[in-house]
Amino acid sequence: MSETQSTYNYKVVRQFAVMTVIWGIVGMLVGVIIAAQLVWPELNLGWLHFGRLRPLHTNAVIFAFGGCALFATSYYVVQRTCHARIFSDGLAAFTFWGWQLIIVLAAVTLPLGITSGKEYAELEWPIDILITLVWVAYAVVFFGTIAKRKVTHIYVANWFYGGFILAVALLHVVNSAAIPVSLTKSYSAYAGVQDAMVQWWYGHNAVGFFLTAGFLGMMYYFVPKQAGRPVYSYRLSVVHFWALIFTYMWAGPHHLHYTALPDWTQSVGMLFSLILLAPSWGGMINGVMTLSGAWHKLRDDPILKFLITSLSFYGMSTFEGPMMAIKTVNALSHYTDWTVGHVHSGALGWVAMVSIGAMYYLLPRLFGKPEMFSVKLITVHFWVATIGVVLYIASMWIAGVMQGLMWRAVNVDGTLTYSFVESVKASYPFWAIRFLGGLLFLSGMLIMAYNMAKTIAGGRSVDDARILVPAAHHA
Amino acid sequence: MDINDLRSIVTVVSLLTFLGVVWWAYGVKGNKQRFEEAAMLPFTDEDADRAELGLDRNGQRKAS
Repeated sequence: MSETQSTYNYKVVRQFAVMTVIWGIVGMLVGVIIAAQLVWPELNLGWLHFGRLRPLHTNAVIFAFGGCALFATSYYVVQRTCHARIFSDGLAAFTFWGWQLIIVLAAVTLPLGITSGKEYAELEWPIDILITLVWVAYAVVFFGTIAKRKVTHIYVANWFYGGFILAVALLHVVNSAAIPVSLTKSYSAYAGVQDAMVQWWYGHNAVGFFLTAGFLGMMYYFVPKQAGRPVYSYRLSVVHFWALIFTYMWAGPHHLHYTALPDWTQSVGMLFSLILLAPSWGGMINGVMTLSGAWHKLRDDPILKFLITSLSFYGMSTFEGPMMAIKTVNALSHYTDWTVGHVHSGALGWVAMVSIGAMYYLLPRLFGKPEMFSVKLITVHFWVATIGVVLYIASMWIAGVMQGLMWRAVNVDGTLTYSFVESVKASYPFWAIRFLGGLLFLSGMLIMAYNMAKTIAGGRSVDDARILVPAAHHA
Repeated sequence: MDINDLRSIVTVVSLLTFLGVVWWAYGVKGNKQRFEEAAMLPFTDEDADRAELGLDRNGQRKAS
């Protein structure tokens, strides 16, 4: 008798999965609006101007869209690979409603100008405390599920999710330390260059752990599942995990090249950023090579197209990142649109595409359907999204390199060749192309929302997926 | 002790830790089977897969 009567908790997975698509549309819509504001400045209306909407865009896509995708997939993967129902349905529900409340509070306070001014950590102290509470609950639910697992091993995806949860807790608590002066205003507990260093230690690890380690957990489950074969090398994944989490922690100073930060600290940041290429590519190769011997599946499976293309963009942006961290390259690239292009090659190409692939895998399964309402529309979404990303990053590369060259150009007598506004004027056509690329990516998400609504209609909420103790483990 | 001694020690310890991880992953004989078992974990509960996709035990679509 190997069956138990208990089932997996798919309700919380379903809630987070649906909200992933909805917040994705909201966050990317705000992104398209601010891209349009750069092309048509008259669109900067009242408190909906670029300065207020930009943090709303970054918070919405990273924490609302990306966060919901991480919650949904981690709760699904940890249950399925541990053969155990989630630890505490109540706490899991609390993380869902708490996280949604945080997102709504962010959407209200940021346009009102209530901000602590730290990039990707703009939310004021009462919201920061709420984030801490939800995050502790998340950790209890996740590690509690691992503790009650029915199998001996902890699957590698869970190592990545676990590393992401612990590191984000540490980053959030340290960087958000502040002295409140009123309900809506606080000042950082750190001063001067220390404040900048803490901020970018947080900022780069938000990329390394929130936007990388968590999504690598996603990759290590959904790529093998969709390809129908185990990961290329499990042993490589072990080295990948420890090398990645050790190295990322030290890369932050590359955001502060040529500032008041001590020179040796900048060099340490640059060196660790260069070393990061190795674990990043190790992981990418491990994911892509999982398809080795089954490449034909890529031809007609659009979900695999999303997953494997996301890994290609991951490889591209983790090559570009270390190069940009080299001080002399950074002297050209920093403060230009090249950085914006780099971030979006990671955010749209890697994070969004791997999440979209995982959602297309999950959604039919959570609603008892063998596949999405329309597989053709997934293919359409894939091509619209891919063209969108390529337009976006190509235009930002050109604009960024051009801006960097114009800013540093000097005449023979040492005066600047161009005024700043001349570089703004020269950037216009590329900002228009970027707007178009973003619009395409957003259109893809709308296609996904339609496909999702049609899949849910007439589906049933799957709550009877029974937990089976694997044959090798029962006496 | 000079701070540079400390820096050297940290670098050496870090390298040894990395080599230790590589050895643990590739060198330890007993780990090979452990890792092969762990790699199969996503494929060990196909019953739940069938329930999700609305399929019966033979992989056929359930009549509804």
